[in-house]
Amino acid sequence: MLEPFSVAQRVRARARDAVGHCRLPRYVRGHTGTIVADHGMCLVPDRVVGGNPGTPERVYAVRFDAQDLWGAEEHTVTIELWQSYLESL
Amino acid sequence: MTGTHADGVPARRVRAVEQLLEDAGVLSGTELDDFLDRLPATSSPANGARIVAKAWVDPEFRHRLLHDANGAISELGYSGGGPTVVLRAVENTDEIHNVVVCTLCSCYPLALLGPSPSWYKSEAYRSRVVRDPRGVLAEFGFDVSDDVTVNVWDANAETRYLVIPKRPPGTEHLGEQELAELVTRRGLIGTAPV
Repeated sequence: MLEPFSVAQRVRARARDAVGHCRLPRYVRGHTGTIVADHGMCLVPDRVVGGNPGTPERVYAVRFDAQDLWGAEEHTVTIELWQSYLESL
Repeated sequence: MTGTHADGVPARRVRAVEQLLEDAGVLSGTELDDFLDRLPATSSPANGARIVAKAWVDPEFRHRLLHDANGAISELGYSGGGPTVVLRAVENTDEIHNVVVCTLCSCYPLALLGPSPSWYKSEAYRSRVVRDPRGVLAEFGFDVSDDVTVNVWDANAETRYLVIPKRPPGTEHLGEQELAELVTRRGLIGTAPV
């Protein structure tokens, strides 16, 4: 069981390139954001498509500043990411 | 995006998958047609509009909608989708404008907004709205004021987002039904003011 993140915690989306199916979009990989909500447990799509769903993981709404993602603009992007897609700082 | 794309690559892929499902006995063409025929009867942006209008006139309902959207919409006889789907309502204010996308596919609260528009599924919208939301909204004819923060929501897992637009000024005299008629599907996605 992974240690849950808490709301307001800063996290980094993992930068690894996925071998197969993955719902960690390239535009957030390697970037740092803030947990804004805990959306509960959910099966990990990477494993579901392989036919071996395993155990669910916690999913978080993670907010990124456009400045950090694109080096420009003032908006934010909030995306749901599974715990194993994230690492603590 | 215009036209029906009946001969486009995605349409051909969908037909191939349908054929495989029929050949494997998973579903029949008739079952699929029945589902598609029923969809417009139960799935419509009128549902989302009714929810928003109620939130505009009923502060307690608005509060419940913002904190437990699944519970709030069940009061009106709606559900967010499958058993694992969590609906989250995000409210536009004088300071914040919300806009929804699903960058990796086209996730969307189907039951409350009806079948998604072609542009919502287009690669152009999905890739550009996270990079330059103000530019994309301007192309929809919607100029968001510089002093408003734009929050983009990428529906990547089991949460589906419903935007609560700002109630237009000068509508104090309107009832819930009339207010609901002002709310558009684009407003519920965040690409139009209402």
